[in-house]
Amino acid sequence: MKIAMYWGASCGGCDVSLLSLHEKILDLLKEVEIVFWPCAMDFKYEDVEKMPDGSIDICFYNGAIRTEENEKIAKLLRKKSKKLVAYGSCAIEGCVIGLANLYSREEILKEVYSKDVPGEDLPEFLPYLKTLEQVVSIDASIPGCPPPTPILEDALNALLQGRQFGKNVALCDECPRKDSKPDKIEIDNIYRWHEKKDSGECFLAQGIICMGPATRGGCKAECITANIPCTGCVGPIPKIKEQGISMISAIASIISNKNEDEVIEKIEDYVGTFYKYSAAKLLPEGRLKDES
Amino acid sequence: MKVSSIKVSIDPITRLEGHGKIDIFLDENGNVTNARVQTPELRGFEKFCVGRKAEDMPIITARICGVCPEAHHIASAKALDMAFGAPPPRTAHLIRELLYNAYIFYDHCLHLYYLGGIDVLLGDVEKKDRNVIGLIKKFGLELGAEIIKHRRYAMETIKMVGGREIHPVCAIPGGVSKRIKEEERKEIEEKFSKCISFAERSIALFKEVFDSDRWNELLGLDEIKTYYMGIVDSDNRVNYYDGNIRIVSPSGKEFAKLKPNELIENIDEHIEKWNYVKYPYLKKVGWHGFVDGEKSGVYRVGPLGRINSADGMNTPIANKEFKEFRKNGIVHKTFAYYHARLIEMLNAAERVYYLCQEKDITSDDIRSMPTKTGEGIGIVEAARGVLIHHYDVDEKGLIRKVNLIVATTNNNAAINMSVANTAKKVIKNGEVNDILLNKVESSFRCYDPCMACASHAIGRMPTIINLYRNGELYKRLVRDA
Repeated sequence: MKIAMYWGASCGGCDVSLLSLHEKILDLLKEVEIVFWPCAMDFKYEDVEKMPDGSIDICFYNGAIRTEENEKIAKLLRKKSKKLVAYGSCAIEGCVIGLANLYSREEILKEVYSKDVPGEDLPEFLPYLKTLEQVVSIDASIPGCPPPTPILEDALNALLQGRQFGKNVALCDECPRKDSKPDKIEIDNIYRWHEKKDSGECFLAQGIICMGPATRGGCKAECITANIPCTGCVGPIPKIKEQGISMISAIASIISNKNEDEVIEKIEDYVGTFYKYSAAKLLPEGRLKDES
Repeated sequence: MKVSSIKVSIDPITRLEGHGKIDIFLDENGNVTNARVQTPELRGFEKFCVGRKAEDMPIITARICGVCPEAHHIASAKALDMAFGAPPPRTAHLIRELLYNAYIFYDHCLHLYYLGGIDVLLGDVEKKDRNVIGLIKKFGLELGAEIIKHRRYAMETIKMVGGREIHPVCAIPGGVSKRIKEEERKEIEEKFSKCISFAERSIALFKEVFDSDRWNELLGLDEIKTYYMGIVDSDNRVNYYDGNIRIVSPSGKEFAKLKPNELIENIDEHIEKWNYVKYPYLKKVGWHGFVDGEKSGVYRVGPLGRINSADGMNTPIANKEFKEFRKNGIVHKTFAYYHARLIEMLNAAERVYYLCQEKDITSDDIRSMPTKTGEGIGIVEAARGVLIHHYDVDEKGLIRKVNLIVATTNNNAAINMSVANTAKKVIKNGEVNDILLNKVESSFRCYDPCMACASHAIGRMPTIINLYRNGELYKRLVRDA
């Protein structure tokens, strides 16, 4: 089986996450041949162009589409691959770098280039950051920033065996603080997590925003184990379309009626809080189409 | 054969973090007139971080780079300690430093065995074999398993302390979110006692190459006599987590010793009028073009920058290696980055081991609470060199301004010079092939450049390499993205 791994606009963490299979990567290498992986191997674009169409069995594309080059290579790899898999949060939902979509390309460029915006002989910086699926069709996605090892192992095994993968429950389901979650949470204040001493109980019950109820399980609640509330990097539970709205409605349902307005006032930076990983998907599709 | 102007492109540059492309230009005789490195990407962190909640910054900025997330995570938390007026208790510093040294160990291990080190260990082999699989084929599965195992030990330590293997979450303004339990401390101590042995074995393995003709050839590819910069402790020993910044001249004399908040005013960034790409240089020496020597403000950071600017290492075995490495003074050859990286990998392993023996490491006094909001500067040595996070936090605790100076950007001018020098040396009379082009790439990889970090923002990308003819700046071609 021939596989490829490529990065668009990304941090490289997805590539490193493959290495985090540690010894298991040796087993994987027995089953697959890696034909393109710029982070670790010397094959170039010209080598990919020479491959027959559909000759790569599975291509993992991590990173978002931020430049003309990202888009061009995504299309090339789509053509050369039987299965194209969106690997990690940037490819699936834009991730934190999708927060750049709060600004237009012109606003971003203007910050540094007062005039003569450069770009000679370089791939174009696209008007907006796009997800992989906004550019080419995809066959599957492996969530997470980057995909945590338990999710990755499950996904790789499933893909190699041609079966479905992924959990369909919220992170709360596997949270180590699950037992401390009251049957009915009612809060009359919201705290920022850096300004309150953590009691070790359910973050939401403490009045600290935790994206657990709106986030897909599978990562084994790694951050919560380190006493940091979930920030939502694995993305929404499959049946839910929008993670941010889902979380906002969860918060709305636990605020006590007493001082509702006061509590809501205390929430700062809605986009950064509820759409930290999915801002790129926030944009109305029309806006993307009109300006790109 | 007479040919007209030819451009040879290496696209993409491989075995590095992030995107890059090298263009080499040949004259009618097929000799190199110039070469350039482009980084065709940018993401805009400095713009979109504005308005975010300050406490989210260590989590958001970790995403600048998935290879060195710990560097951004910790630099960010240190900036917030200051911005929020929350100096961490001693135990929190010890825990962060332990996490940090585990990171230096695995990151150097990654470069030595998976990325650039392949150029040293495997020699001029075919493209298909120049990777970790080729390395295992040549040196055997036993070594391969050892590499994977010891890198895993470091990653498991990071997960245990930091919460996650990639993009850790434990560093918060005023300290850390999680203490280290006694059984965890013991486990880390055992793992890192083995990592020390593995680092020693790695040095021995590379030293076999260091004794060869191959190594002399590599050392001959590039030598530039620059200033060097690195963070040192009160005894001028290398420290990755905290200390003052020491700068030495090309002859090895101390040029300056700065507090973290003094660095920004001592660096200026050269801008070409036709281009917004910035090239940091030492303000007091000045910018005199892409040239080396005492009179040029070009400086280098990263393993060679640190070891050249320090008087020793803070652990015993690494310090012995340091003394041998520096026995003839400052080392200017660019491939010496590998030797320096090996010494640091050993130092980091030893440091984790010794931190595990600190009495306070398992204390539960791990955080202090915010007292104010304001400006904050956080500085660390990323694996690739000095990294600065500089924030302005408003009264609501939201980010008002962000400035990031990243490791690879500091090396920008030097990287340009090294690639140009190597291209001129290896490409003659129009003879170009994959092996020769890899030598050009290999001089770039010495720096372990992280283009993902360097291209986080607009205007700070190492987008250009300008080339020289007869020592004169010949052509400056490219603009950035």
